[in-house]
Amino acid sequence: MKHARIVLDGIAHDATERDGQLLLADGRLVAPGAVTWLPPLSATPRPRTIFALGLNYADHAKELAFKAPEEPLVFLKSESTLTGNRSFTRRPAGVQFMHYECELTVVVGRTARKVKRDDAYDFIAGYTVANDYAIRDYLENWYRPNLRVKNRDACTPLGPWRVDAADIANPMALALQTTVNGLVTQSGNTQGMIFDVPFLIEYFSSFMTLQPGDLILTGTPDGVVDCLPGDVIVTEIEGIGALTNTIEQGPA
Amino acid sequence: MSTATSFMPSGTVYGVLLNFRGEVQALAPHMSEPPYKAPPKAPILYIKPANTWSAHGAAIVVPAKVPQVEVGATIAMVIGQDVQAARADTALESVAGYVLMNDLSIPHTSFYRPPVKYKCLDGFLGVGQALVAAQAAGDPSRFTLAVYINGLLTQSVNFANLVRNAAQLLADVSEFMTLRRGDVLTLGCDAGRPLAQAGDRIDISAPGFATLSNTLVAEETA
Repeated sequence: MKHARIVLDGIAHDATERDGQLLLADGRLVAPGAVTWLPPLSATPRPRTIFALGLNYADHAKELAFKAPEEPLVFLKSESTLTGNRSFTRRPAGVQFMHYECELTVVVGRTARKVKRDDAYDFIAGYTVANDYAIRDYLENWYRPNLRVKNRDACTPLGPWRVDAADIANPMALALQTTVNGLVTQSGNTQGMIFDVPFLIEYFSSFMTLQPGDLILTGTPDGVVDCLPGDVIVTEIEGIGALTNTIEQGPA
Repeated sequence: MSTATSFMPSGTVYGVLLNFRGEVQALAPHMSEPPYKAPPKAPILYIKPANTWSAHGAAIVVPAKVPQVEVGATIAMVIGQDVQAARADTALESVAGYVLMNDLSIPHTSFYRPPVKYKCLDGFLGVGQALVAAQAAGDPSRFTLAVYINGLLTQSVNFANLVRNAAQLLADVSEFMTLRRGDVLTLGCDAGRPLAQAGDRIDISAPGFATLSNTLVAEETA
């Protein structure tokens, strides 16, 4: 099943997908364009931990002139950077290079501590799509990628759907693609990950406890291009959904 | 001590690297060399996620393979109202109060990549038992704290020695992201951070704050 979190007439609702429409708990069927989309997540009692991988596809690592990492390059994000489907993300004035990153995102379903990779799928509730924007002008070589690049407000669209894990037969063989104004600029497959999802759950849970609702953004393949104000970016993953975002001009 | 009244963050906890002049002086000879290539411009932040939070009095587990941990004693700002593109002269109006923190790390010498595996272990952030209201706390540049390990004074920190004072740090962080009500931003940890190991008791005391105490315990191995 595909789950969403939306706002209709000022009230937040959980919804599920039916025939391309949104089915609310009260039985109303609503068009996708009639609502404000939130990240497709349930509330957590404490702030969720949001992991994001850098350079986790061999081709992208090569594209950025890095050799493939020997262990995951991971950074954390905060909830303030998340936004929903069909939202706007700001490009600061004067910036030279802001790019999207289409990423398979894992939603943790159970408390996970020292999980072995063979058991890892038991700890996954579902999957969604992230667009993990980066503004490369702000890169500094201190805890890189630094938060000024990766944790800006509304710079991580998420959604539209959270798809139950049971509905994704093999998350390690899903086509990904990004379009900019309808033209395909990025295409790849989750098969290209250097560190796959079971590895990542084993790795993180070896030194920290994962909680339900925590997220793992698993990195992006090659094909990132500069995004300008007015561009409509659609990051899509096979079987999960197509996440739409529009770039708007921000202040410096 | 009642735990029902203990403070725990409701938002994201951000730590900051190189916000003490002593830290900067120690690294300055290497800042223009690879991999850094240039001194930092914006504040260097990291996140201490919820799995790291330990209450006052709690035992903190040290992994079996880690001989010693680094004690990052600090005071943190607790945000009272959203802070976005704040000006330094008014930024402190958004601070609800201050809390003592024990920001533990596995010692590491490179600050090139994000320090998740060094700073985000379960329990690796001792959190002071109470928030001291901003008005009662007064000027954060007058804060001092002392670290005791097994009762011996091992570090004294004076928050007059910050690179960015509390107000300037809020301004420079909120330039690129909103700090939300309930978020926490530390003022940083000075150079000379003491090391501690399983079996040690760490007490962090500061005038006006209730002492933050935690003990380190060895990981139980199967």
